[in-house]
Amino acid sequence: MKIVVCIKQVPSSEARVQINADGTSIESGELELVVNPYDENAVEEALQIKEAKGGETIALTVGSDKAEAALRACLNQGIDKAMIVKDPSLQGGDFLGTAKILAAALKQINPDLILLGKLSIDEENSAVGPALAELLGLPHVTVASKLEWIDDTSLKVSREVEGITEILALSLPAVITANKGLNEPRYASLRGIMAAKKKPIEAIDPTGLGLDPNVVGAAGRKISILKMEPPPPRAEGKVLQGEPQETVPELVRLLREEAKVL
Amino acid sequence: MGHILVFIERRNNTFKKGSLEVLVRARQLADEKGREVHAVCVGSGCSAAAKDLGAWGAKTVHALDDGAFDRYTPQAFVKLLSRVMDETGADLTLLCSTAMGRDLAPRVAALKDLPLLTEALEIDWPEGKKIQIRKSMYGGKVFATWVTQAGPPFMATVRPGAYPFSAEPFAGAAAEVSPLSAAGEMEGAGAIGIDELKPEGGMVDLQEADIIVSGGRGLKAPENFKLTYELAEAIGGAVGASRAVVDAGWIEHRHQVGQTGVAVSPGLYIAVGISGAIQHLAGMRTSKCIVAVNKDPEAPIFKMADYGIVGDLFAVVPILTEEIRKVRSA
Repeated sequence: MKIVVCIKQVPSSEARVQINADGTSIESGELELVVNPYDENAVEEALQIKEAKGGETIALTVGSDKAEAALRACLNQGIDKAMIVKDPSLQGGDFLGTAKILAAALKQINPDLILLGKLSIDEENSAVGPALAELLGLPHVTVASKLEWIDDTSLKVSREVEGITEILALSLPAVITANKGLNEPRYASLRGIMAAKKKPIEAIDPTGLGLDPNVVGAAGRKISILKMEPPPPRAEGKVLQGEPQETVPELVRLLREEAKVL
Repeated sequence: MGHILVFIERRNNTFKKGSLEVLVRARQLADEKGREVHAVCVGSGCSAAAKDLGAWGAKTVHALDDGAFDRYTPQAFVKLLSRVMDETGADLTLLCSTAMGRDLAPRVAALKDLPLLTEALEIDWPEGKKIQIRKSMYGGKVFATWVTQAGPPFMATVRPGAYPFSAEPFAGAAAEVSPLSAAGEMEGAGAIGIDELKPEGGMVDLQEADIIVSGGRGLKAPENFKLTYELAEAIGGAVGASRAVVDAGWIEHRHQVGQTGVAVSPGLYIAVGISGAIQHLAGMRTSKCIVAVNKDPEAPIFKMADYGIVGDLFAVVPILTEEIRKVRSA
């Protein structure tokens, strides 16, 4: 079983995000960058599948040299091998450009299973997984919260959506995007970190991938950011202090008469 | 000049509210541009109900009456929607960014190599060609305006609740129903639904809930979540939670509100015992009315709240539940 986890490096969810003077990007100098949290669940699932069924796990990303830190974090957790497409001419594309680069790389790697997070917490498109599945002509399931093997090449995937649990069947090769409830990502052990020092980060040569920078890179963007703004401010609220016997009826009155939400 | 096409989602023989919201917004955009709105819906018996979509702004509804489409199957739905887009020549295709819309739209965009804007809180068609949307990014820490560079045709998904309504805006109008038939879309459909389970304790759909009562670490122990459940029941809301208590295993992840949970914008959000970590505030700051109950007057949640009670939640919440019950039964 060959499992590829596609990961993205993103600002940590605790990070305070500042908008640059150009108004279309964020200040990245001081930001703590991490593996996208949902991708960590994808990494964990890949490790668990390997432990149960054997095989090889590969982390794959598209990005600059900086993104190698995210790949290193995956290796520290136990992923066998890391690969990166970092050709500058291919950078700056939109999600469809990224999906096209990943698809081209994945065709070469030819995995049995492709895992990703359900969404990256920066742009919040939840789009790369399904787009990738389409470009590769593979079945997919998004927002997976549980995987159960039927046999070595097919599995049942549970997803919790809109108040119910949907259970879908699919055969490999396939694309699955992970939700947070799928598993509990492990911490990198000291032994894992030591072992990871020997593991390679392989830069994929883009010349063999047949990618056109005018299609997948910045020049090929079909969508782009016009401007960024801080979230709209909220008016100062009314804070009630005192005994609950007094504050609670007053709150209920305000919710009914002033806010009109009850 | 093509029309606007809206994919209408059905569950349990009912059109999804979010899809109707998108349809109404599509009609406004179409009216500005002198265009028409078409809709597509699938599943057994949908063509009988499809004319009702006229009351929400649809001129023509392409309806596929086929039980095989009662449950979402990604590859089949992709082929079908793509075919309708081609056959009808839509310039703009809109979906609600429900679980299904999020799953379906990127796949169709990749198949047809179209620009797709996602998770719109606002959508506009300001100039001759390009579509633009406003959306939340970085879990609500930034709002961004995105614009299409290529196209038409364009695609976009719109957040549930972005364009709420309270009545049938085009009451009395009936849509023309144009029957569709399946063209082998189900053949070779890879991921197929085999079962649905309803969780104990009722349905939770935080994204569509009008009222959410969320609990945090101030509840002190998992069993105390019953306080939020009781309040939620009294007020007719769903139960949410902060990341801290989900990580602690007090409640399942599907209840988590925040940057790594669900981003919500209900009419009323009540935060109980939640101090207000940046990633939680990011996930609920677009709520219309925010109420916080916390014993620490310095808690960051009070900076976001429209109304706050400083006090011990174990004293406040039971009284609040009781007061709400009184108001509701009056």
